[in-house]
Amino acid sequence: MKVEMRIDGEAAVADVDRPGESLLSTLRDRLGLYGTKNACEQGECGSCTVLLDGDPVCSCLVATAQCEGREVKTVVGAVPRPVRDAFIACGAVQCGFCTPGLLVSVADLLAREGDPRDPVIREALAGNLCRCTGYEKIIDAVHAAAEAMADEAHRAPARSRAAGSTEETP
Amino acid sequence: MPEPANPTGPAPAMTPTPPTRAAGGVGTPPLGTGGVGSSPARPDAEAKVNGAFDYASDLSFPGMLWGHTLRSPHPRARIRSIDTTAAQAIPGVEAVLTAADVPGKLHYGLIEDDQPVLSLGEVNYQGEPVAIVAAGSLDVARRAAELIEVDYELLEPRCDPEDALEAGSFFRYQPVRLGDPDAQVPAAVVAREYVVGMQDQAPLGPESGAAVPTADGGVELYVATQWVHSDLEQIAPCLGLEPDRIHIAIAGIGGAFGAREDLSVQVHMAMLALATGRPVKMMYDRAESFVGHVHRHPARMRYEHAADADGKLLYVKARIVLDGGAYASTTEAVVGNAASLAVGPYEVEHVSVDAWGARTNNPPCGAMRGFGGVQTCFAYESQMDALAEALGLSPVEFRRRNAVAQGSKLITGQIVDAYDPERADDGRPFSPLADMLGRFKEIPVPAVPAGRDIVDLPGGTGNTTHGEGVRRGVGYGVGLKNVCYSEGFDDYSTASVRVERVDGQTVAFVHTAAAEVGQGHWSLQAQIARTELGVDRVELLPNDTKAGSAGSSSASRQSYMTGGAVKAACEAVRELLRDRDLADGPVEATRVFRHRETKPMDPVTGQGESHVQLALCVHRATVDVDIELGLVKVVDLTCVQDVGKIMNPAALEGQIHGGTAQGLGLAVMEEMITEQGRVRNASFTDYLIPTILDMPPMRLRIVENADPEAPYGLRGAGEPPTLSSTPAIVAAIRDATGLALTQIPVRPEHLTAHLGRQP
Repeated sequence: MKVEMRIDGEAAVADVDRPGESLLSTLRDRLGLYGTKNACEQGECGSCTVLLDGDPVCSCLVATAQCEGREVKTVVGAVPRPVRDAFIACGAVQCGFCTPGLLVSVADLLAREGDPRDPVIREALAGNLCRCTGYEKIIDAVHAAAEAMADEAHRAPARSRAAGSTEETP
Repeated sequence: MPEPANPTGPAPAMTPTPPTRAAGGVGTPPLGTGGVGSSPARPDAEAKVNGAFDYASDLSFPGMLWGHTLRSPHPRARIRSIDTTAAQAIPGVEAVLTAADVPGKLHYGLIEDDQPVLSLGEVNYQGEPVAIVAAGSLDVARRAAELIEVDYELLEPRCDPEDALEAGSFFRYQPVRLGDPDAQVPAAVVAREYVVGMQDQAPLGPESGAAVPTADGGVELYVATQWVHSDLEQIAPCLGLEPDRIHIAIAGIGGAFGAREDLSVQVHMAMLALATGRPVKMMYDRAESFVGHVHRHPARMRYEHAADADGKLLYVKARIVLDGGAYASTTEAVVGNAASLAVGPYEVEHVSVDAWGARTNNPPCGAMRGFGGVQTCFAYESQMDALAEALGLSPVEFRRRNAVAQGSKLITGQIVDAYDPERADDGRPFSPLADMLGRFKEIPVPAVPAGRDIVDLPGGTGNTTHGEGVRRGVGYGVGLKNVCYSEGFDDYSTASVRVERVDGQTVAFVHTAAAEVGQGHWSLQAQIARTELGVDRVELLPNDTKAGSAGSSSASRQSYMTGGAVKAACEAVRELLRDRDLADGPVEATRVFRHRETKPMDPVTGQGESHVQLALCVHRATVDVDIELGLVKVVDLTCVQDVGKIMNPAALEGQIHGGTAQGLGLAVMEEMITEQGRVRNASFTDYLIPTILDMPPMRLRIVENADPEAPYGLRGAGEPPTLSSTPAIVAAIRDATGLALTQIPVRPEHLTAHLGRQP
C-alpha cells in the first residue's frame, strides 16, 4: 500500500508492503531519514519520538498505515533553533543517541508551556531515556531554551507565533 | 524490522562522514578562546542536534545486505548437527555461515583467545553465536536464521560461581596479603556478606556496523567500538587476512560504558561481506544487545573489618567472588582491580584478600564503567559504616581517621604519591580524602520542604503516600578508582598533529584513533591543540586504523593518554616551527605517549606498584523511603570529586552526573536477572535504567589537586562517581530504615520483608 504523509514539511510517499510496518522503520529504512533513532522498538526509551499531527509519539509504536494524510515532524522539522542551541550550550548532548527524541519532546513541552518548572520538565521528559547525562544538563537546557524563546518572543512578538509552530530548517 | 524499499537503488549517506564535519563550523570558538579549561561547543554537537550525525546504525551502502546472528537458546549444550539447507533456500538469502566457514583462527578475545567466532560444537552461554546469515533485508535474514536447524544435546549448565571455584573453573585467583590479621586484638569487628547483581551498560546506541569488501580481497569496517586497534588485532587472524588488508574506522558511537570493548558484530559482518562480495550491515535490536555484549560482574563478597579503640582500622579480610560467565573477556583485569582496591582509600596494615573470577555458564562479564572497583566499593563502604556505628563514630569521622594521605601505602604496597609532598594539614601529610570529606560541611543536607507535592515523594504520581510512612535518610560513599591500565600493561596512545595554512587561516589537523563515545574527547583534543598552538581552527580527522593505536576509551584514560599524546605532538610541532615557516609548507609531528610503568601484582601476596593514578570521589545521598511500601526516592546527591585539573567544565560535570546516575541505577533498580543461565529481562521494559524522574538534583564540588605526573595535572574522572554514588544511596536507605541491606540493587521487598504478612 502507498501511504502519503507530510514529513518535516515535505510531501512523502512510502510504499509499504507489510501492514505492521512501524513509522520508525519507514522513516529510517524505507525513506533513508536517519535522524530519528532506533534504540529499543518497544516504546520504552523515547529515542524515536516524533510529532504526529503535533502530538509526541514513539514512532516505533505507530503503524505507518495509520499515517495516511498526516503530518510527521522529526528532529529535523520539529525543533526550534533556540532549543538546539540550548542543548549545545548547556552540555546536554553527550553520545547524542537520545538527543533527537529528547529535542522533539522538549519542543512539544515548550510549545505547551513557555516557562516550565522542574517537576513539569521531569514529567514531560520521563519517557525519554538518557544513559549519559544523568539529565541534569538536559533540565538546564530546557530552562535556557525557554528563556531564549521568551526573549525572542519579547523582541519580535509578531514572529513568536511562527516560532511557536516550530517550523525550522537546520 | 526494516526492509529497504530498494536495496540496490540509490541509498543516502553512502560514506560515513568523518567527525570533522562540524569542527570548522559552529564548533570553532573565537580565536584565543576554546582552550583547556573552557567549555566550547562540542565539534559533534551541531550534527547531533539536527539529526545528521552518522551513528553506526545509520550506515548505508549501495547494494548493501543485512547480517543477522543465530544464537544459542541454551546456556550449555553440545551441537550434534547444523542444517542450513532450508535457510539457504529462501529467496534473498546470500550466505549462511557456521564455524566451518571461519576463514582463519577460530577464537578471539581481548586478553585470552577463548571465545569462538561461531560455536565449535558446544555452546557455553545463552546467546552464544552459532551461525550468521546475510540477506537483502533484515526481515529475510531473521526468517532464514529461524530456519537453521540446530540439533542440541542439552547439558547441565554450571551457574553457581561457588560450584565453579570448587571444580577449579576460574579465570583468575588473586590474593593480597599484608601483615598478620589473625594476630590482632580488635575493639570492634564487623563481618557481613554482600551481593551485587549483574549490571548492564545499556548504551542507547545498539551494537552496529558495516563491512565493505575491497578490490584487493580485504575489507573495510565501520563500527562503533571503544578500541579500534584491539579490534584489528583480534579480527585479522580470524579472517585469515594480513592486518594491512583491513581498514577499520570508528562509526558514530551511541554510548559505550565498557559494552564496546569486546567484539560484537565485527568478525561476523566481515565474514559475510567477504563471502558475498557485498557490503553487509549488522545491527542488534535491544533484546540481542542484552545478550550480545558482556556485563558487569555480579559479585558475592564476605568482608570482615576490625578496628582498635582509637577508631583506626586494624585489619580487613575479604573473600571476593566475581562471576565471569562463560568466556574470559577482561575478567582477569577486573579481578586485579577488585583485589588491589578491595579496601578502598583507607590505611590498614593487616590484610587478607582472596579474589576470584569464576568461569560459569552465565552470560560473559567484562568491562563496565568502574571495572572491578564498583563491587568492592559497595562492600567496603558498607563495612566502614557498620564499623563506625559499632565504634560510636560518625561515618565521616571514622573515614577521616583512616583516610590515606600523601605517602600512605595501599594494601598492595603502592605508595600514594600523586599529591604535593610539601603540603601539610595540621602538621600531617596532605590527605585529599580527609579534605574532601570536610567540604560537605559547606553544603547542607536539603531540608524537608513544607507541603510537598506527591511527585516529590516515593511512589510519585502513583499517589501511594501523602507523606505518611516516609522517612528521610542520609549516607556517604567514597570511591577509589585506578586510572589507565594497570599491572604492567604497555599502555600508550599515539597522536599526529599537522599545522598548515588553509585559506589564510592557520589550521591544526589532529589525527588519533581514540573513540569519542560521548564523553567529549573530540572537544578535548581540539581544546589542547588551541591551547598549545594558538591556531585559528582545529580539524579532527577520522578515528581509524590509519592512525597509531590510542588504546581504549576506557579506564578513565583518554584525557590522560590521548590528551597527553596530542599535547606532546603539539609541543613537537611548536618546536619545529621555531626554525620553519608555515609559508614553506605544513609542519607535522607524531608522538607516542606512555604513562609511568606499572608492576604486576605478586601472585601470592598481591604486592606491587600496580596502578598508574588513583582518583577519588565522595558522594552524600539523601533519600526518602516509604517504609511501608519499600519505595525509595533519592532526593539529593551531592558529590565532591578530585579531578586534578578541570579540562572542560561542562564535559566534566556531564561525566560526574552520568556516572552518578549509573551508580544510582545499580543501587536501586538495575539488574540482569538470570535463571539457570537464562536471561529473563532483556528489554528496557524489564531492565530499568534511571529516568529523569528517578534522578535528583546533583550538586557538585570539584577539587583540583594536581597530579604532577599527569598532563596538565589531570585525573581521570569518568568512573569514580559510578563507584561512590551506589554505597552512598544504600547508606542513606539504611539510615532511613535501620535495615542492614547487604544486597544491591535494593528492591522494595528487601525493605518490607521484615514487616511480615499483614492481616
